[in-house]
Amino acid sequence: MDINEALIKYCLRLGDDAMILGHRLSELCSNGPYLEEDIAMTNISLDLFGQTRMMYTTAGEIEGKGRTEDDFAYKRLEPEFQNVLLVEQPNGHFGNTMARQMVFSVFYYHLFTELKGSSNEKLAAFAAKSLKETTYHMRHACEWIVRLGDGTEESHWKVQDALNEIWSYRHELFEKDEVEETLIENGIIPDSASFKPAFDSSLQEVLDRATIVEVTEGWKATGGRRGHHSEHLGHILPIFQSIPRTYPNSKW
Amino acid sequence: MFKEKLALVWEILETIPDPEIPVISVVELGVIRKVELTQLETIITITPTYSGCPAMKAFEDDIIQTLENKGFPKVVIKTIFSPAWTTDWMNDAAREKLRIFGIAPPQKGTNDKGVLFGSGPKQVNCPQCNSGNTELISQFGSTACKALYKCNDCLETFDYFKCI
Repeated sequence: MDINEALIKYCLRLGDDAMILGHRLSELCSNGPYLEEDIAMTNISLDLFGQTRMMYTTAGEIEGKGRTEDDFAYKRLEPEFQNVLLVEQPNGHFGNTMARQMVFSVFYYHLFTELKGSSNEKLAAFAAKSLKETTYHMRHACEWIVRLGDGTEESHWKVQDALNEIWSYRHELFEKDEVEETLIENGIIPDSASFKPAFDSSLQEVLDRATIVEVTEGWKATGGRRGHHSEHLGHILPIFQSIPRTYPNSKW
Repeated sequence: MFKEKLALVWEILETIPDPEIPVISVVELGVIRKVELTQLETIITITPTYSGCPAMKAFEDDIIQTLENKGFPKVVIKTIFSPAWTTDWMNDAAREKLRIFGIAPPQKGTNDKGVLFGSGPKQVNCPQCNSGNTELISQFGSTACKALYKCNDCLETFDYFKCI
């Protein structure tokens, strides 16, 4: 695969992950469990949208066909989105939201830590900037998992259930296809296998503190990177894209 | 002549307040990275505080409008992301302005050694009564760049400009 083609796809994948999760968290605006967490969810959502914009803009610049961040966000259909299935999963109760957030932010924390040394200036700058924000997101999520896991009997079993449900979705973050392989071979992105042990031990440390003895999982999620999504994305996009689709090319 | 003009641009930029925290200027906040003057354009290079900071658009509009009103030719805003913005760029005078305004200024040195959970409580003094007996309510406050704290002595809640 041509390096530029791989770069465009990789940037779009990072952008798609951040955008769909950013949208999910924005659903909690005015629906958070209480005011401070409501604000926290929307703050994290904003950071993710900022990261999305950087990646979509970069993809458009490399592509050189004049496509903007808005074109990528609003004018693509489900199969064109290549986000992992993890980020589409519904918010559920707060334990579900935090379990999803922990897996996502721990992965991205480790990825960005490596990616900030990329030979590609744009990716390196993006990773260095996003790492600072992701570190805050990760601490917030990890602290919640501990508080819920090591909390009451009810909060413990609820977060245990949430972890059991989301655990199958973490594998997809480490999938590699031609896009990643091309970029790894050319020294542009790290091989995710290199930080898998660190990712696993980070999660284990949180589980230990949260008094979660074991997380069970029955299957491995896959498909998002090929545009094969769960039902949920089909419900997210019509809401996310409703204004630009109703009033195409309008400005405000 | 050129140097004077360049200095004038910086002087004008120093009068443009942060839209969310009007006591400090965009220069003090550290978002202005470079000023260039060509015959046709005034190029201002900025960097966002947080990737998704909604105030950035207001920064851009304010900079363009203020400079163009002062007669500078076509003002162009360039955005860069590297080096990533850090609260370490804020000087002592700006920190003091924040404190007087009621926002606890960011502590110096942004590298928190803790990773998954942070390195535990650090003392943030209450900007109202200066008590060190305060507690964190939420890492995410009224804007992306602030955390919410409570003072256990004067019982006021306050914003802390968090380190990044």
